[in-house]
Amino acid sequence: MPNPDIQHDSNGALKHFLTIEGLSRETIYDILDVANNFFNFGQREIKKVPLLRGKTVVNLFFEDSTRTRTTFEIAAKRLSADVININVPRSSVSKGETMLDTIRTLEAMHTDMFVVRHTSSGAAHLIAQHVPEHVRIINAGDGRHSHPTQAMLDMFTIRQYKGDFTPLRVAIVGDILHSRVARSQIHALKILGAAEVRVIAPRTLLPTGIESLGVTPFTDMREGLDDIDVVIMLRLQLERMEGQLVASEQEYFSHYGLTEEKLGYAKPDAVVMHPGPMNRGLEITSSVADSDKSLILPQVTNGIAVRMAIMARIMGGSSEGAGQ
Amino acid sequence: MKLLIKNGRVIDPANNIDDTCDVAIENGRIVSVGKTSEVFSADETIDAQGKIICPGLVDLQARLREPGQEHKATMESECRAAVRGGITALCIPPDTYPVIDTPAMAHLIHDRSQNVGLNTVYPLGALTTGLKGDRLSDMAALSNAGCVALSNANSPVTNTLVMRRAMQYAASFDLTVFLNAQDAWLQGNGCVHEGEISTRLGLPAIPEAAEIVGVARDLALIETTGVRAHFCQLSSARAVAMIAEAQSRGLNVTADVTAHHLHLSEHDIGLFDTQCFVLPPLRGVADRDALRRALGDGVVTAVCSDHQPHGTDAKLAPFSEAASGISGLETLLVLIWRLVDEGAITMSQAIQSLTTNPGRILGINDGTLSIGANANVCIFDPDNKWTLTESDFHSRGKNSPFIGWEFNGKVSHTIVGGRVVYANGDI
Repeated sequence: MPNPDIQHDSNGALKHFLTIEGLSRETIYDILDVANNFFNFGQREIKKVPLLRGKTVVNLFFEDSTRTRTTFEIAAKRLSADVININVPRSSVSKGETMLDTIRTLEAMHTDMFVVRHTSSGAAHLIAQHVPEHVRIINAGDGRHSHPTQAMLDMFTIRQYKGDFTPLRVAIVGDILHSRVARSQIHALKILGAAEVRVIAPRTLLPTGIESLGVTPFTDMREGLDDIDVVIMLRLQLERMEGQLVASEQEYFSHYGLTEEKLGYAKPDAVVMHPGPMNRGLEITSSVADSDKSLILPQVTNGIAVRMAIMARIMGGSSEGAGQ
Repeated sequence: MKLLIKNGRVIDPANNIDDTCDVAIENGRIVSVGKTSEVFSADETIDAQGKIICPGLVDLQARLREPGQEHKATMESECRAAVRGGITALCIPPDTYPVIDTPAMAHLIHDRSQNVGLNTVYPLGALTTGLKGDRLSDMAALSNAGCVALSNANSPVTNTLVMRRAMQYAASFDLTVFLNAQDAWLQGNGCVHEGEISTRLGLPAIPEAAEIVGVARDLALIETTGVRAHFCQLSSARAVAMIAEAQSRGLNVTADVTAHHLHLSEHDIGLFDTQCFVLPPLRGVADRDALRRALGDGVVTAVCSDHQPHGTDAKLAPFSEAASGISGLETLLVLIWRLVDEGAITMSQAIQSLTTNPGRILGINDGTLSIGANANVCIFDPDNKWTLTESDFHSRGKNSPFIGWEFNGKVSHTIVGGRVVYANGDI
């Protein structure tokens, strides 16, 4: 029996932000619109709004991250929340305290929102099922499952540069198998009505039945990038490949690394994205990453505004106050 | 001690009996089934009007957690749960701590279960020492000490040569080998079926090929060694098709499935429901349906509980970090009875798959109501409708994906060796 939708409350309001799957197109657009207000606002000298004043946000990271944690911290601070960062190293987990015990301990200190990253798929859902009614959970990445705030900032960036989603053909390239980013992007692009979503990788990195998510798999870059508007490159984590999923760096780069030549298969005005951190010279060349087609740095900047919008939304705040 | 069970519908597939009549028991054995002789004066009489009287259930796989994991459950707690479920005999796999790879361990299991004094507990002996897959166990000695078959539990024997020799050696002593045929490499650290759900939830997956490769290898070895083999807890359509093909060629192989694989599929995992984390994993709907058909067609002849009790915390973890397994002793009968209501199998097939057939696979004098057999009997009310709640479990493990399901049928009496060990809620 499928679990109930724990992301929304009984009135259908968004309560936690755990996965893109199951969000409505309206909700996504609302968040992107609010993020747009915050984005303009970020250009000003005084960047704070009081939407989360008096609230305590805990960034609880069971897996290392600099970029994501930092942008969440900045986002929460710009909303005037008190922010605490906690990294839970593997060692303390192995001491026997369960993840839920860690959460309960922090909750006892009157935390209002947890931003959680964990190495295991489903961790954020589990936490959301076991916190009191008033506590909010944002999934900052769980295993291979979901990284919804990343997908939202990617959608924000695509909209910023391309406008309407419906005519867009998007290709996601690389380690789809292990990628929570790809899964969330696929859901978001499907909900927003993108014309086509493709995934490109050797078969070892394509999950079985990926077509069930509504995407078309390709193993060849020339075919896969043909007529594409947006190219999203994924990070290849070589340590995960064990010399089996990918034969060698050279071979991967020569077939799947994004060079200017391969980018030439896509539409002339195609843009390039990457969730970072990049392996230059492995999945992408510097000449592409640093070119005017690259949206990689705007993605990072946009991450703050989008995360502010998501935090404000689930804490019951609205766009009011943004941009005032 | 003379016991008379009257007026019930007696279903004993081994003897082709399905009739409303009496069962008379004396000195721990069945003395008559049918019209009771007037000279039989019972010390105790059970009126089974409206109920079904069948042989006690024989569960081919249940973990009782003793010895070694008494913090989860004990032989006593789980045997009490078993008799509530109508189970009069059960097999425990050898992956206890320590492993059942010596006669002393087999004796220990026997002695402890005697102390509990409820149902019969049969140990499976380890196929290889310590289940490590490299040295053969003293199989003949294990058999003499009461092990009904040999198994390497869930530790695959990855070395094919060792497996071949283990089969040859077991065949020398006419012993049955239980196989959990899974390719260790393909299984890896997966926790769900490789398919739509693993892709959507991003969970480490176990491809169907893990089972197909495991079964194919073992079938090839069975064919050349001539060992009597039983495949445990098959999960995929392809695997049961391979078993059917092997049986049609005359190979001496049998197979069982778990009760939960007959009812659930990968889709029941929903959003990370750890109660549905089992190994082998729940596979596709087509696999589940194929397992049902295989049971109906007689390819798969037995259903087991694969009982694995856990404390609450073991399931309160992210899916892949949670413990696998279901507490199944108390739902075994009702889950199979439900298949009868759903029209998937006949009443006789349901009872056979839980009694006569597993008894035959084990080569024990159990699972029938034959005259002279051990008087192990289950009496249940097939019309008792109830909804499963956590408090219904008497096992220490309340871990079940079936909580909230409505069932038909409830065990009223369980009789082991002529003694009523469970009657209407009392042990």
